[in-house]
Amino acid sequence: MALLEVENLKTYFYTLRGVVRAVDGVSLTLEKGETLGIVGESGCGKSTLAWSLLRLVPPPGRIVDGSIRIDGQDITKMSESEVRRKIRWRRISMIFQGAMNALNPVYKVGEQIIEPMLLHGYSKKEAMEKAAELIKAVGLPTSILDRYPHELSGGQKQRVVIAMSLVLDPDIVIADEPTTALDVVVQAQILNLMKKLHWERKMSIILITHDLGVVTELSEKIAVMYAGKIVEFGTADQIFQNPLHPYTQALIRAVPRLKGDIHKLEYIPGSPPDLRNPPPGCRFAPRCKMAFEMCDKEPPLIEHEKGHYVACWLYAKR
Amino acid sequence: MYRVELGEEILKVQDLKVWFPLKRGVIGTILGKPRLFVHAVDGISFNLRRREIFCLVGESGCGKTTTGKALLRLVPIYSGKAYFKPRKETLAKLENMGVTPDENGFVEIFGLPEKKFKPLRRDIQMIYQDPYGSLNPRFRIKDILEEVLIVHKIGETKEERLDIIERVLEMVKLTPPSEFINRFPHQLSGGQRQRVAIARAIIANPSIIVADEPVSMLDVSIRAEILEVLLNLRKLLDTSYIFITHDLAIARYICDRIAVMYLGKIVELGDARDVIADPLHPYTEALIAAIPDPDPENRKKLRDLKIKGEVPSPIFIPPGCRFHPRCVYYDQAKERDRDIRDLCPSVEPPLAEVKPGRYVACYKHEIVRQLVKSGVAPTQTGSSQ
Repeated sequence: MALLEVENLKTYFYTLRGVVRAVDGVSLTLEKGETLGIVGESGCGKSTLAWSLLRLVPPPGRIVDGSIRIDGQDITKMSESEVRRKIRWRRISMIFQGAMNALNPVYKVGEQIIEPMLLHGYSKKEAMEKAAELIKAVGLPTSILDRYPHELSGGQKQRVVIAMSLVLDPDIVIADEPTTALDVVVQAQILNLMKKLHWERKMSIILITHDLGVVTELSEKIAVMYAGKIVEFGTADQIFQNPLHPYTQALIRAVPRLKGDIHKLEYIPGSPPDLRNPPPGCRFAPRCKMAFEMCDKEPPLIEHEKGHYVACWLYAKR
Repeated sequence: MYRVELGEEILKVQDLKVWFPLKRGVIGTILGKPRLFVHAVDGISFNLRRREIFCLVGESGCGKTTTGKALLRLVPIYSGKAYFKPRKETLAKLENMGVTPDENGFVEIFGLPEKKFKPLRRDIQMIYQDPYGSLNPRFRIKDILEEVLIVHKIGETKEERLDIIERVLEMVKLTPPSEFINRFPHQLSGGQRQRVAIARAIIANPSIIVADEPVSMLDVSIRAEILEVLLNLRKLLDTSYIFITHDLAIARYICDRIAVMYLGKIVELGDARDVIADPLHPYTEALIAAIPDPDPENRKKLRDLKIKGEVPSPIFIPPGCRFHPRCVYYDQAKERDRDIRDLCPSVEPPLAEVKPGRYVACYKHEIVRQLVKSGVAPTQTGSSQ
């Protein structure tokens, strides 16, 4: 049994202007110690998917269908207090996008790190010891615990946020755009840190990013999302060496490289669909060069080669 | 990608400094404490040719945006000169105001009073990073664009102005224009908005456009489209760009030359592809090593970072080479190399041509050392505080 199994998850936002289908039938599995990257552009539902996994979807959104099983237990069926006691931060925690700017300015870093531990039954002394251990694990001196957030640089704050996600030794850490606001050098340092934590602690990581370069730094497997659905899923090698979905192919060709010949960059004409009213059938079809009559119907996720799935009619057996 | 024949020089910036004074408290003033400055841009020089795309790259806080803003005089300039070659009509207007260009048609723009600088605002335009913040939400697209025409008195009648607006919208591929002119910015996608911002910059037909991170807020799939619009416009209108970006891969794709900035100084300058393929300054090297190029092999190893510590404060700039406290090369070489030991922490390295067209400010290169030792280059130690 996989550590995390998500099946046909649907998270919708019930706004006054209509139902936004932010996550619309996503299935994925994550094994223990595995790293999964979720890539997609803004508005494709990747952050909503992450919030759903923690049962933290903000209203007016809610999980309307599907299951999220951690070690076989379906957390969508649990009560809020049960999720709080047993799941959130204990089994699965998150590094939120922009969290480093959400540290409380009037509390010392140490006080903020130990808070979840105190709520989960640690004594203050144990919690402080654990905080010191974690702050060293993320490569900071323990004196940081007595500082206020404004005294730290961006990279240090991001390290603190990473330490906070580890306080209850979760099996899975979700990192939502952990490096977007950082400069390249600091970004590389943070990604190095996450690699080390993954190797040393056998931690499972779900990395959510829009940056194809960042995703390859950490991910063994990659899921490509478009308009609330996973359109392609496979190992990092499969996705980059043999991208199948026209969207994945176009995305890879849209990124300029640092090495090799300079090719003319491609772009995808048009813009992503309105998720209140997505086009029937394949959601990428209106922007797809390869679209043909079959694309009026919704494509299933097909296993094209072992472990490499794609939702595109081009690969269906006809 | 689309390399073009470059024209004559149209802008020469010499030793530009933008220092922002810090407020002193009452006590500090009474005690006569020295005034402190944020050295946002600390003495940079470069030239720009017609049709050239010149990139300023560096991390946040290195002064690249301030440099761009200084060219439009949007920030107070501490010292330095910029010689700009205006077009004929602008030159005529300036001469009426009593400004005389030098024999080559250049006008020094930092020394002009604001009133006399105004005609030049038509010739130097800017595109901002955030297309969500740079367009007035209460203006329709045609109003946003018409405002520029009214300010610069282009087009006599409303119909004439509308005609220009439609032509420009076609140039930035917002077609058919009639479908866009009456919309508000919130009715457009990010890419479309950025094209309106580009249209606003080119509508007065400027010779230079300062593009400040024009694609970094946009989704990957539409970035290439905006870059293509910019490249086409240069062919069509002979525009030069000062292209400000933190993304070296984009710089390599679009630019002719790049200047790498660190803490207010240019540390390396040269042909975009050459600099990225073979960086000559340790900082450039570190920057390139830190960028994740999409490759599934990346996850198997830690990235080797050839840089230590963090960017120092732009108020107290390290003496000598401002990069030396973070420089791995300095650490390795200071034991065996006397010049490195003596020069790096005390004498600011000048930007010298170490290979044809390649300028570097680093004592790793013999030419830079000779220049300082022979006393040709000024041997100032960092910035005075």
